[in-house]
Amino acid sequence: MKSLGQKISFTSPLAFLGRTVVAWVDELGSLAVFFARGFILIFRRKQFSMIVQQVYYIGAGSMNIIILVGLFTGMVLGLQLYYVLVKLGGEGMIGTAVALAIIRELGPVLTAIMITARAGSAMTAEIGIQRISEQIDALDTMRINSLRYLISPRLAAAIISFPLLTAIFDLIGIIGGYVSAVVLLGVDSGAYLGRIQTSVGMKDISNGFVKALVFALIVSTICCYQGYFTHRRSQRGAKGVGVSTTSAVVISCVLILISDYVVTSFLM
Amino acid sequence: MENAFIEFEDVTKRFGERTILDRVNLKIYDGHVTTIIGKSGTGKSVLLKHIIGLLAPTEGRILFRGKPIEEMNKRELNDYKSLFSYLFQDNALFDSLTVFENIALPLQQTTNMSTKEIERRVTEKVDQMELSEEAHKYPAELSGGMQKRVALARALITNPKVVLFDEPTTGQDPIRKNTILNLIAHNQRRFGFTTIMISHDIPDIFFISDRILILYDGRIVFQGNPEELDHLDHPMVDEFIKSLEGFQDELTGLYSKKNFMRLYEQDVTHREPDETLPVAAFTVEGLDFLSKNLGDTGAQEVIQSLGGFVNTYFGDVGISTRIGRDQIVTIFPHTTLDEAERILEGFGRELQEHGLRDIALETQSEIPSSDCFAFSVSVGLAEGKVGEDLDLISRKAISKQKTIGRFECQKRGNAG
Repeated sequence: MKSLGQKISFTSPLAFLGRTVVAWVDELGSLAVFFARGFILIFRRKQFSMIVQQVYYIGAGSMNIIILVGLFTGMVLGLQLYYVLVKLGGEGMIGTAVALAIIRELGPVLTAIMITARAGSAMTAEIGIQRISEQIDALDTMRINSLRYLISPRLAAAIISFPLLTAIFDLIGIIGGYVSAVVLLGVDSGAYLGRIQTSVGMKDISNGFVKALVFALIVSTICCYQGYFTHRRSQRGAKGVGVSTTSAVVISCVLILISDYVVTSFLM
Repeated sequence: MENAFIEFEDVTKRFGERTILDRVNLKIYDGHVTTIIGKSGTGKSVLLKHIIGLLAPTEGRILFRGKPIEEMNKRELNDYKSLFSYLFQDNALFDSLTVFENIALPLQQTTNMSTKEIERRVTEKVDQMELSEEAHKYPAELSGGMQKRVALARALITNPKVVLFDEPTTGQDPIRKNTILNLIAHNQRRFGFTTIMISHDIPDIFFISDRILILYDGRIVFQGNPEELDHLDHPMVDEFIKSLEGFQDELTGLYSKKNFMRLYEQDVTHREPDETLPVAAFTVEGLDFLSKNLGDTGAQEVIQSLGGFVNTYFGDVGISTRIGRDQIVTIFPHTTLDEAERILEGFGRELQEHGLRDIALETQSEIPSSDCFAFSVSVGLAEGKVGEDLDLISRKAISKQKTIGRFECQKRGNAG
């Protein structure tokens, strides 16, 4: 007759799978509730100044890096596409290719990844430290809703900043492509700009903004959530905050790419 | 006895397999200063967090004015929480906000006060806490002691009904420690809030506490006033409480009460039962008035200097200890009552001629020259029989007190 211990070890893979699935569902539910509560609280009183502060931090603070990345992305795109299209005799199409690639895909995705790296990680670390140093408990004892005070302004600021930064990225990326294709490689300026004008439609731009909005919700929710619940981790203190920050950046980047595919397939 | 303000009924708290609170029963009364003593890691902070609703019991219930908290609706719970303020052990200040903004935060976020009114209240509190010069600094730029005062200011800014203090004096020097305790006691009397405090500052907390609760092995093993604690027969008393009370009183440099009692008992064993010994009790009159004029730190410096003066003057003739926030007791083991009277007359003259001026000058060293203050010292002498309860003899001496010295100044350096 088998002992109880043997029975447990026989069923343990299934139990493990079950526990993992339940934990995932639990986590997703918790994330959804966290987002919904944070989002609703955006519209409460006394939020405006805190949202402006966060827009400044997430938006204005990320501008330089977005301009830099946008410029070089556009330039390298111009360079690569030039050599491909020259072989096919279609260098006149370079403006179209650069603009569509940036507006539809690279702009929203790279902007979201750059903001995740710069502002998202800082969000997680800041909220995480506030959690472990009892600042969030202090808010609760002062009857200040910590979700309203800490999370809602960040969600709102991300919703405002992501599309704006994406627009800046798009514009700078197209300028970068112009620099490498027209200024450095001698493609006709009129052809470059004219093709962009004729081939880029409003739908391309609005689809890019839809993606930027989706990424804003994903990044801000994940980063705030990871920081806010740092204390639930098995690692405590500074180590816990470090792990939360890494998780926030990794999960956000992976979800940006997955959701990009999903959103694109719906929008196409 | 009056009805409990807050009551724990068999409250148990477990984190996983660990039981932190084990069927805790306690009562906290309105308007009292209640101090919770216990070894590190015994769940004192956990207990405090249960009171304010940051944690919920695994078993048992907490009652507020007889009503279980768990049965309160959202509005009642909000009203309940609005009564409290909490001073965290590590201050929990927002490092991205200045001192001023930290203190203003609860008013900005939970009231409809105008910016001007908030500014007025915060400025007043900042002045009270002697933080004017630090108001626009960030917490990271302040010392631990200053951070504690900022946290205290933030806890008191909403004029709460109940204030919970989680080790408010940790990391403070003796003067600051007594300043904070004095500040708590003073504000508690002024505003009448109920104080629940975790502290290990023995004997200082005994001077301001109405009730002491001792948490041991997850249970409350003692609830009562500080005098009742003297008669408690529990391993915790020898193991922990007596070890906290050092050889000397940190503030005054006089003997600690424990050491004083040991010396007194040693002396008593060598005497005949019918022998008597004189006991003098000194009081700094108007400590609260002094705090108002001089600041809490300045008032504590006066106590400290007086302790130093008493210690130096009596030398080997008397054994002295501090028995209250503003009271010192001296026994004269080898002196008759007449001799003790003469010694005290000499002490009074010396105190009036030199002592008070020196105390004032020492105290004034950090006070702006425009500030002026006055204080007086009273003394009473009583005779006690060998073996008689020293607290009783002290009370007799206190009841006979007369003013022996008074200090007044017009401005700094112009003492009279």
